[in-house]
Amino acid sequence: MSKFKGALLASAIAMTAGQAIAQDETIKVGVLHSLSGSMAISETTLKDVMLMLIEEQNAKGGVLGKQLEAVVVDPASDWPLFAEKARELMTVSNVDVMFGCWTSVSRKSVLPVIEELNGLLFYPVQYEGEESSKNVFYTGAAPNQQAIPATDYFLEELGVEKFALLGTDYVYPRTTNNILDSYLKSKGIAESDIFVNYTPFGHSDWSKIVADVVALGADGKKVGVISTINGDANIGFYKELAAAGISADDIPVVAFSVGEEELSGLDTSNLVGHLAAWNYFQSAESDLNSEWIAKWKAFAGENRVFNDPMEAHVIGFNLWVQAVEKAGTTDVDAVREAMYGLETPNLTGGIAKMLPNHHLTKPVLIGEIRADGQFDIVSSTEPVPGDAWTDFLPESAVLEADWAELDCGMYNTETKTCVQIKSNY
Amino acid sequence: MRAALVALLCLLLLLMPVASHAQTASPVTAAAIVEDNRAQIEKPSRQTIGPVIAALAASGDPQAVMILQAWANRGLGLRKSDGAFVLLSEAPEGYALRGLDGSDAGTAPRAEITELRPNAGVRGIIANALVQFQLSDPDRARRAEALTTIARDPAPELLTPLRASIEAETDPALRAQKDRLNRLLTLRFDPDAAARIAAIESFSGDLGLDLRAALNPLLATTRRAAPEGAAFDGNIARTLEPGDDLTETEAYDSLVAAGLAPPRLTTAELKASLAANIVDGAVAGIPLADLNTQAARNRAYTALEVAGTVPVAATDEEVTQIVASHQFVETYAEPDPAITTAAQEVLAGIEIKLGAMQTADLALDALSLASIYFLAAIGLAITFGVMRVINMAHGEFIMMGAYTGYVVQLFIPNYTLSLIVALPLAFLVTFAAGVAMERLVIRHLYKRPLETLLATFGISIALQQLAKNIFGTQARPLTSPAWLDGALTFNDIVSISYIRVGIFVLAILFLMVFLWLMKRTRLGLEVRAVTQNPSMAASMGINPDRINMLTFGLGSGIAGIAGIAIGLFAKVTSELGNDYIVQSFMTVVVGGVGNIWGTLAGALMIGTLQKGIEWFNPSNTLAAQTYMILFIILFIQFRPRGIIALKGRAAGD
Amino acid sequence: MTRTFLARNPSVLWFLLLLSLFTLGVTLLSEAYGLALISTSFIKTLGKTLCLCLAALAMDLIWGYAGILSLGHMAFFALGGYMIGMWLMYARTEAIVITALSNEALPATAQEIQNGIAAQIFGVVGASELPGVWVFAHSLPLQLLLVVLVPGLLALIFGWLAFRSRVTGVYLSILTQAMTLALALYLFQNDSGLRGNNGLSGLQNIPGLDAVSQDRISVWFLWASAAALGLGYLLVAWVVSGKFGSVIRAIRDDEARVRFLGYSVEGYKLFVFTLTAIIAAIAGALYYPQAGIINPAELAPIASIYLAVWVAIGGRGRLYGAVIGAALVSLLSSWFTGGRAPSLNLGFYTVNWVDWWLILLGLTFVCVTLFAPKGIGGLFDLWQGLRHPDRKGAALGPDDGALLEKEAKE
Repeated sequence: MSKFKGALLASAIAMTAGQAIAQDETIKVGVLHSLSGSMAISETTLKDVMLMLIEEQNAKGGVLGKQLEAVVVDPASDWPLFAEKARELMTVSNVDVMFGCWTSVSRKSVLPVIEELNGLLFYPVQYEGEESSKNVFYTGAAPNQQAIPATDYFLEELGVEKFALLGTDYVYPRTTNNILDSYLKSKGIAESDIFVNYTPFGHSDWSKIVADVVALGADGKKVGVISTINGDANIGFYKELAAAGISADDIPVVAFSVGEEELSGLDTSNLVGHLAAWNYFQSAESDLNSEWIAKWKAFAGENRVFNDPMEAHVIGFNLWVQAVEKAGTTDVDAVREAMYGLETPNLTGGIAKMLPNHHLTKPVLIGEIRADGQFDIVSSTEPVPGDAWTDFLPESAVLEADWAELDCGMYNTETKTCVQIKSNY
Repeated sequence: MRAALVALLCLLLLLMPVASHAQTASPVTAAAIVEDNRAQIEKPSRQTIGPVIAALAASGDPQAVMILQAWANRGLGLRKSDGAFVLLSEAPEGYALRGLDGSDAGTAPRAEITELRPNAGVRGIIANALVQFQLSDPDRARRAEALTTIARDPAPELLTPLRASIEAETDPALRAQKDRLNRLLTLRFDPDAAARIAAIESFSGDLGLDLRAALNPLLATTRRAAPEGAAFDGNIARTLEPGDDLTETEAYDSLVAAGLAPPRLTTAELKASLAANIVDGAVAGIPLADLNTQAARNRAYTALEVAGTVPVAATDEEVTQIVASHQFVETYAEPDPAITTAAQEVLAGIEIKLGAMQTADLALDALSLASIYFLAAIGLAITFGVMRVINMAHGEFIMMGAYTGYVVQLFIPNYTLSLIVALPLAFLVTFAAGVAMERLVIRHLYKRPLETLLATFGISIALQQLAKNIFGTQARPLTSPAWLDGALTFNDIVSISYIRVGIFVLAILFLMVFLWLMKRTRLGLEVRAVTQNPSMAASMGINPDRINMLTFGLGSGIAGIAGIAIGLFAKVTSELGNDYIVQSFMTVVVGGVGNIWGTLAGALMIGTLQKGIEWFNPSNTLAAQTYMILFIILFIQFRPRGIIALKGRAAGD
Repeated sequence: MTRTFLARNPSVLWFLLLLSLFTLGVTLLSEAYGLALISTSFIKTLGKTLCLCLAALAMDLIWGYAGILSLGHMAFFALGGYMIGMWLMYARTEAIVITALSNEALPATAQEIQNGIAAQIFGVVGASELPGVWVFAHSLPLQLLLVVLVPGLLALIFGWLAFRSRVTGVYLSILTQAMTLALALYLFQNDSGLRGNNGLSGLQNIPGLDAVSQDRISVWFLWASAAALGLGYLLVAWVVSGKFGSVIRAIRDDEARVRFLGYSVEGYKLFVFTLTAIIAAIAGALYYPQAGIINPAELAPIASIYLAVWVAIGGRGRLYGAVIGAALVSLLSSWFTGGRAPSLNLGFYTVNWVDWWLILLGLTFVCVTLFAPKGIGGLFDLWQGLRHPDRKGAALGPDDGALLEKEAKE
């Protein structure tokens, strides 16, 4: 046994020593996406996007005259492992920036580590907000860039008067539904006209829930479903919806976690007209978008799709490169200061601008599902500035994040004090 | 709401220039209206597009109907070169174009055209505007479409065209539908109260969702408050007694909302007024450091009140007094009491029936869930129940079956045919896998059941990872044939999808096959013999090795077929088996090991229980699963041998 | 007593010696106290591995010695983590809230502080009230007590119900699995008051130790974990060495006979079940502050099965076997799945270990069960020249599942 542990130690030493030898000839970019486990399917493509971006940047001559080097690790969809790998990236591999995470839990797991070590993370996925860390740039949508505009679309364009908020039981649906509940009440929707249901991950038995939703129509109000159902569970849900013969004209469903990827698991001919809200659709018509899709297909393969979080990584990476060049260094604080106000074009048109609350301005697109599994964009807004703290919950409405002026991610505008410098995790 | 909006817009229409154009100056072409409202039509919003659509519908131009239909079906586009509106139809190389006046405009590749995509709300308004043209259309499909539109969005102005079209309707089904819609619209929109009441009463005993959707808005109530003695106008539903029908806080809040009482002082406001009155590190003589309890703060506020620095806040007694000096009622939105009474009678008449139907629907759901659990567990009932072998890889056999179905669909695009091929193939694949596993692993472990559990678990994780390596972690489609689409609908409440009916039938089939196999065949006899006493069976000339192998293969093969059924109704992922394995074991254990009827009873109990808990707490499905498992754990403590326990020698130990 | 106990069990001394050498070595190579050759993240991994070894020890006691294959012991492990995590989160948040509120004009009331803490902790999951289960979270001693009490009581009640109604063998395994599944599903709900799927996070930040770097804290936890493992090893070795140990082994081998001899089989089983639950809980309470986050996925039935896998690979029925198994398999797992293992090029196919490790592990496991039921521990017998009669798989004792050869020699 001692032999075994000795060998282990030796290998550990070799590992650390080997990494110490690599000198600062390159700028290291950490990629912290799960390559195995349940989230691999979503996150592996993000790793590929990062590799493509880095390769492309190196072809252009790198950053600050140095080549970029990707350091890819695999946190294996295991939340504690995210923290461990983040620490490893920052202390052992000495990366200057990280791009990574998908689920909120993984982000919350990484937060204490990057705040302790003053790292820099770009987080590319739509999330529930209520957070602003000095060390994280949120390139995905905050609730006001996805959920609220979609709800407005329901209220104004579809005339929905009664809402079913269906979600998978985890933090993103919980917080989003909480915000929506409060928002809908502020729009005059009565408590009794909001039906909420939470299901476990991967839920498959949807008949009762679909029947419940149909029964909501008994008081003559138009019913709409806002779905924050995650991943595989959507397949059973949409199958049951189709079987029950519910057309989008009767009970429209808008989903926040269903994209081109998820729809490839089912036959969409019965789902035509149901909706999804994102900041990006592959079917968006713009020259930049066609160019990127072509580049991506050349890099990764013909039948790969491009989706919203991937666009977020493209934007985040472009902004980081700009900021490093503006700051003349990869030092985290200097880069962070340089980030505010930087702009880069969205792939769907318009400009993404980095705000002092570490969120972006993003256009909100609403798409109707087509029979071929792509989306018809039926509504698009001007870029909406992301809001870290929602205006529709009383405790959060008074909070503001501003890292440029106030140097605080959780600033109480009523008492004019910074509630805390570190983020809540 | 939407109907009212359209009505309002129609009224507005009369006052608008564009509309007066259409009404008076005779030939205003549809094309001109479209051109005049270019910006609106290119980016329509449900809230503002109404007048334009109404103007088109009222223009009298036969092209208008064409344009509206094309617009709603995404057949209206803009030619990028000159910005002209064109009507689109599919052509081999892009689109065939026609001008708004119907003239041929050649063809254009797709890239040259911007398709206009009105959203569902706008399409709804267009459909409403088109109804009057479609109700008497010679094409039956068009007429049916018009009726769907009316049913979806009943509007008062549709009543007249609908009534006018009933007489000429030849199709009996459509005629019945028109008649029903006529009564539904009448009860809501007819100006004559007697006609409305007659329409309401004509529905007595009807369970339709559309009827309840029409009646319930009439009975919607609002809560109102007024000082004691004042009279309420309107159709009063009931008077509310504070304390009985609503709490004092609710009553007071509704008074505050109505402006009849001042708002209460909140703790935050109290704190703010104290903070505003800090004098020399103290509030009303109480030092700041002591104000760290609510009681001290209340004292300070009272002191300030006495000093007259802050307004006097309502005390609890005053609140009670104010509430007592007011009366609270609920009034109906519908002003005519005769109509609300009639509506109430109809609704009360169907209440019991409605409850029974809801129970029936829940029972169907429970039955369906039970059949799914039964199907997932029946293979285990053989391997675990009969052979006492714990097969943790059972879930992975289910998964293998589902993936077999997926692979077959890749090669055979016809869904019906592929299903016919996939079912036996899945059986064969998992049968072979089961036999291989039995020969290679389980055979050596018959004497060590706990270790079988662990070894098969090893196989389970290996198989799961193998599936991930081959098929990826993404869910794969397993599409049911068209004849399994849709649902078996008894009425608006009780319905069940055909795919679930199919699973139910399959479960029954398997039950019968199992019974036949065990009770009526030589193999079944031998299996029972080997299970009860292997050495005795062996001395009777039965080869226990062969029997064990076949039995295990059979159990695994059935799991494969269950996999196809489960994949059809849910999803095909590498974790499919994981979702069912614990539940399957529990189904077998709860029912009683070694007895197929027990498994059936177990599945029924678990299904019913889960749906029952879901009914109690509809907002949290996870809770239902949690408490279901908890119940099972407790159940096993008190009936360790399950619902149907084997007795005597068959029970083994 | 102790002398004779240690004299009778030389392996305990050897184990403790090696453990202290290992701890000392790691400390000397750490960033905080030595040559900085081992990174802090790897120290955390080693510390966590020691905790897993302690849990495996508990598993070995309940399965290897008492013959109860519990597939739910990670539930107790995670519960221990939850209990300590509640205090860690509460205390950390309390400090933040008090600082934030101290800027206000009036001194904060206790209620305001509590509301602030609740809003901070539960704001992210859309609630703002402190649930009842947090009632002791403000106090470290009480919460430490709960680390032992909650899992202990759960094990006591569950065990009492199960053993009383004579649920044994595979039935008990399935039942324990159902227990951990039910608990996981319960914790997944937001209504359970433990932040649902998000779990408790930021646990590596120890309240009151803000000024101490993680480099140091990680080493302290390594010491604590090593100490806990050492003490746990002593305790378990002592438990299995005396008359008590003989009785539980007898229960494993033939429960009915022990019962006929007048022993209260249920009592013994219940004691072992509860004791191991408590050991697992203590291991968990040390593990999660190093991991930093705990969420209900940690209670998934598969985690407990892995625990059994480790013990089986290491070698059941010998304590050092459990430790070796847990350390080896968990470290190898994290090495292979961490993407650091070099791919194996077979010419026609490149084996990427991230994808193939689980398959290898699964098959290894089947092979170990089939061909080397004694696991890695069996190598020590080989080394010591202990040979057992080859029985071609036939069982020795009256109970088929028992591996009695070693005992038979004694």
